[in-house]
Amino acid sequence: MLALPDSRSPISAMVPAVEVLSAEKIFPDGTRALAPIALTIAQGEFVTLIGPSGCGKTTLLKLMSNLLEPSDGRLLWWRAGYDDMVSRGRRVAFVFQDPTLMPWARVAANVRLPLDLAGAPRTIANARAAAALARVGLGDFARHFPRQLSGGMKMRVSIARGLVIDPDLLLMDEPFGALDEFTRNRLDDDLVKLCCERKLTTVFVTHSIYEAVFLSSRVVVMASGPGRIFATLAIDEPQPRPASFRNSAQFAEYCRTLSALLAQASQA
Amino acid sequence: MRRLARSETAVSIIAPTLVGVALLLFWEAACRAWSVPVFLLPKPTDIAAKLLADWPTLLSALGRTLRVAVQAFVAAIVLGTLIAFLFVQSRLIEKSLFPYAVLLQVTPIVAIAPLIIIFVKNTQAALTVCATLVAIFPIISNTTLGLRSVDPGLINLFRMNRAGRLQTLLRLRIPSALPYFFGGLRISSGLALIGAVVGEFVAGTGGRSSGLAYEILQSGFQLDIPRMFAALFLITVAGVGLFVVMVGLSRLTLGQWHESEIGADR
Repeated sequence: MLALPDSRSPISAMVPAVEVLSAEKIFPDGTRALAPIALTIAQGEFVTLIGPSGCGKTTLLKLMSNLLEPSDGRLLWWRAGYDDMVSRGRRVAFVFQDPTLMPWARVAANVRLPLDLAGAPRTIANARAAAALARVGLGDFARHFPRQLSGGMKMRVSIARGLVIDPDLLLMDEPFGALDEFTRNRLDDDLVKLCCERKLTTVFVTHSIYEAVFLSSRVVVMASGPGRIFATLAIDEPQPRPASFRNSAQFAEYCRTLSALLAQASQA
Repeated sequence: MRRLARSETAVSIIAPTLVGVALLLFWEAACRAWSVPVFLLPKPTDIAAKLLADWPTLLSALGRTLRVAVQAFVAAIVLGTLIAFLFVQSRLIEKSLFPYAVLLQVTPIVAIAPLIIIFVKNTQAALTVCATLVAIFPIISNTTLGLRSVDPGLINLFRMNRAGRLQTLLRLRIPSALPYFFGGLRISSGLALIGAVVGEFVAGTGGRSSGLAYEILQSGFQLDIPRMFAALFLITVAGVGLFVVMVGLSRLTLGQWHESEIGADR
């Protein structure tokens, strides 16, 4: 069969995973969190949203997760509305800023939760939860309670819970913001491998320039008052990136460019 | 670590016991030294002797008091939890009914008890109603607070996973409410006993006899002070017993995960 180029996108054969079509968000108290935004995230892309505090990064992410509805404009997921997309069997996972674990449930039960809520059979759910935990390197901690784990481990559990439903779209809201740099780098390394292996479409919010450059295929720089897209920066480096990418000259160059863009964005 | 924890437990048992024994010895010695008359302040040994001598009547009185307290406690748990669930269904329901729950709480039980005893013919049932009225409020307010105090992040997580109302209730709201619920139970178990005893006093003055409070009342009339102390001692033991059971239950349920049951060093 002949592959026809997609007339709607500049990249041939690009499948749009999330399309934000002039979506704007005004909260009931009158705060204009987002000016109309246009953004298309292609399937398999790793996009990072970065920008000064209060520029609407989290709001945009919540729109993409359907936790919030736009005041105007709309969003499409795989060219369908959210409910249609879900009924076609696609899954969206959200990893929050905090681990957001249930303190009364053991690690395995926390990871299994999305499957339990969907009514999956117990044996299948257990097997998939164990696999997800193994993937984040916590295979031995299934019987622990969240309080027995360190901050980084809790965050891994939270990621395992996102992965357990085998998502098509992974949304992460500053998941490693509270962790020390060493732990953060290690988790970033794992995340890059994971997303690449499973060809996950990922949208990631961060405050860290280094993290954004290391992880993303494209960085979206946002400005505030009201929240809007200021610039985008493509990071044209092959995925998955080795940890040594952080020490390369290109990495430093990308960081410099991004840092300059961010400085402009916060003055704009 | 473990050894240290064990010696810590030992200290927390031995130290108060020593204080208690010392106080009793001082009491006994003081009464003997100044030869205080029994009808003013009996010696601990007098009280113990009375307790042994009147054991059968006192025990059955304790049984009746405890039965009222436990019945009332159970009724307060069942009704209080149901009302709390009703409250969290809608703010309107809570707003319309909560003032009446407060009204019930602030009206002294001693003032309502005579009415209840007139309205309800069976003495035991009347006393149970009194004690329930006293014990129910902490359960309503704590459980309502608990059912509402759910981590908003977890609520979002449940929404993202399209959890139904019942799933959210069973898997999220109820477990989140448990620590608050048990806090309510501890307060309420003590109040149920207080309610039972107060009810018995009111009923006793009206000539309807039941329980330890009536024994105290009667012993007062007869100037049998050691018997008063013996009954008082049994009420205290009953209260401590209820409290210990509640603490144990709470530890059993929350022990593995909740901060209130886990030492800071673990």
